[in-house]
Amino acid sequence: MKRVVITGIGVVAPGAVGNAAFWSLLTSGRTATRNITLFDASDFRSRVAAEVDFDAAAHGFTLADTERLDRVAQFALTGAREALADSGVRDAQVDPVRTGVSLGSAIGCTTGLATQYAILSDCGNTTTLDHTKAAEYLYDYFVPSSLAAVVARDSGAQGPVGLVSSGCTSGLDAIGHGADLIRDGSADVVVAGGAEAPISPISMACFDRIRLTSPRNDEPATASRPFDRTRDGFVLGEGAAVVVLEELGHARRRGARAYAELSGYAAHSSAYHMTGLRPGGQEMADTIRAALDEARMNPVDVDYVSAHGAGTRLNDRHETHAIKTGLGDHARRVPVSSIKSMIGHALGAAGALDVVASALAIQHDTVPPTANLREPDPTCDLDYTPLFAREQRTSTVLSIASGFGGFHSATVLTRPRLKEAA
Amino acid sequence: MRYPEAPQDAGLPGCRAAGRRQALVTGIGVAAPNGLGTRAWWQALLAGRSGIGPLTRFDATGYPVRIAGELSGFVDEDHVPNRLMPETDRVTRIALAVAEEALADSGADPASLPEYGAGVITASSAGGAEYGQRGLSALWSKGARHVSVYQSSAWFHGAGPAQISIRHRLRGTGSSIISEQAGGIDALARARRRLRDGAGLMVTGGVDSTLCPWGWAAHLADGRLSLTGDPALAYRPFDASADGHVVGEGGALLVVEDAREAARRGAVGYGVVAGCAATFDGPGRPRLREAAELAMRDAGVTPGQVDVVFADGAGERVADRAESAVLVALFGPYGVPVTVPKTMTGRLGAGGSSLDLAAALFALRERVVPPTTATARPAPDCPVDLVTGQPREMPHLTTALVLARGRGGFNSAAVVRSPGGSATG
Repeated sequence: MKRVVITGIGVVAPGAVGNAAFWSLLTSGRTATRNITLFDASDFRSRVAAEVDFDAAAHGFTLADTERLDRVAQFALTGAREALADSGVRDAQVDPVRTGVSLGSAIGCTTGLATQYAILSDCGNTTTLDHTKAAEYLYDYFVPSSLAAVVARDSGAQGPVGLVSSGCTSGLDAIGHGADLIRDGSADVVVAGGAEAPISPISMACFDRIRLTSPRNDEPATASRPFDRTRDGFVLGEGAAVVVLEELGHARRRGARAYAELSGYAAHSSAYHMTGLRPGGQEMADTIRAALDEARMNPVDVDYVSAHGAGTRLNDRHETHAIKTGLGDHARRVPVSSIKSMIGHALGAAGALDVVASALAIQHDTVPPTANLREPDPTCDLDYTPLFAREQRTSTVLSIASGFGGFHSATVLTRPRLKEAA
Repeated sequence: MRYPEAPQDAGLPGCRAAGRRQALVTGIGVAAPNGLGTRAWWQALLAGRSGIGPLTRFDATGYPVRIAGELSGFVDEDHVPNRLMPETDRVTRIALAVAEEALADSGADPASLPEYGAGVITASSAGGAEYGQRGLSALWSKGARHVSVYQSSAWFHGAGPAQISIRHRLRGTGSSIISEQAGGIDALARARRRLRDGAGLMVTGGVDSTLCPWGWAAHLADGRLSLTGDPALAYRPFDASADGHVVGEGGALLVVEDAREAARRGAVGYGVVAGCAATFDGPGRPRLREAAELAMRDAGVTPGQVDVVFADGAGERVADRAESAVLVALFGPYGVPVTVPKTMTGRLGAGGSSLDLAAALFALRERVVPPTTATARPAPDCPVDLVTGQPREMPHLTTALVLARGRGGFNSAAVVRSPGGSATG
């Protein structure tokens, strides 16, 4: 069985564009949630989000690029470029046909779709749509494999390329799939991750209607409160996290540095409800066990759990149960945290952002905190690393995600055994 | 450029390691414009009966293209319970109906498998297009409060596999794969990977449905639709006058199982998924050929062992010539029978490559290749042995290669073989 390591990281996150800025934000305990500025949200129940201050021109996008590429594509490209540069893989000899792309996104180019719909329908005034007003790239907005395609073209990948869409586990699943491609010999290098740009009227409306997002509009900086007794919904986020996955021998031969090894991955479904979670969290617990099995690890080996921690009443309780069942007694001893407390919930990018945070936790031997956790919830009684980052030996991280459709995913990251390891 | 160490070493798909779990297709479900259900669809294919006709699902007056492959006989309410109607897009209802047929056809009982032994990995390209239109219309004309409470869970691409998982209690990996038209093959490749990792059964394939004004605007803006008005002739791949394709809705889902477990149950199956591969075009460097070569290598077959090719058949001159050049390079001029039965359904997005897989598997079972309609003979610059007019009986048909290309540069290929015929390959 071939082994897979992460040799490059790229991040576009709220409050932090770039790998180094991201880690600095996560360990500072600052939050990037605020009142929405990307559009006029005054009519919405929830008016808070974690927005990326993205300077497209500074990242090399021309006006024509930003016209054509949805915000989510700009995020994905920026993340991929940083990850590839970070890995140094461009300089090594790579076979393009053995280089792949595996991106995840839950809602793709929905923001671009909404804008185009307004144009075609004369701002909703007509029901007949004037197709002559449509941008030639409208079809690319419909079919989000266009995101994987732009990244593949930009990075020179000519092997297996695709997009995974499984709701809020998409980012984790895309990385898991990328690792599968390397393990079974279909690729040596895979640019993998997740991207999302959902802070727009249509996505806010979707979550407003089902009251999943936090209405804490007067305290935007502390609105995302995973595992806190006063939590009242998730705060929408956006961004991209991209990693360069590489076959261990391939990385070794070119003398690459590695952040972490991707040792285990599992994905299960609860087959329970489209938006609900089965009480007890048995499926999530079994997913955790399956990922540990693949990594040949035991619960006691886990040094840190990067939780889904959305901040909804239901998720955090469900997840707490699942961690307890999945890790047994060790659940009481291992630090857990949710970086969504700082950067919000970026849907299909979230799992990838978690994986990157987990890899950086291994590199720095530091666990990022759960911000805003001031009032413990009696039903959420694990060590969620409240408020402050914690320096500790961190060699094995379990990263988990849950989402719509009843999808649960888990991955295990371990300290890489490379001579040149960071 | 190659690595010093040969990339295809032991344990890679290029070498079919002895004892490796084989993926056997044991069940097929189809919703095609020329037939609902595998029986009606396959009969239509052999009869050369097309399902392409004037658009009726919405008023297409005023649009430059007014024909499509509609699932005219598909009544949504017949396939999902009433309570699910407001929660689902048409594409999900089609997927649910097709999954039902595929699972029944397989004779498998997913409940008899270990707890997470059965999953759903399907392809989609446009997600719930009609639901998207409804939500965006509500948002812009009436305001955010008028967007459905089900908007988020009905619109997203994962809705199909999630609903199938819930209906049939399939608790293994669930996911949606997107690579436009190539998605059906890519989903199959992933499902096969899960079987190798120990899953017992996977539902895979894909469906799409974009026949609403909103989806139509996207297709028209994309500029690849044929402007020929005659439904019988509009989509004519490899024809000297090809001018684009016709869009259809529907697709196929397959049940794939570990071959040994299926055999224990006495299931014969349609065929084995012997090889899969995917590549992406580089600048000025199409990679369809490499996808086909890698899939054949994965299957352990040489071009000489391939009996028939189900081609992508873009119906666009440059793309047709490029595909023809690949076929000539691999098999020689007129070197292998080639067919594009999609001429009878239109291109179905992710459903297109899935339906081609289904057609290839039926061809293996029935030892007959369905024809390409619309194209009378291939253009002189496309020297391929196109099966036109009548189906072609092939008593020794055991191996089929299926090709697909997705917009943007995606290439995928799969090799399927008769359950008996694959043992020696």
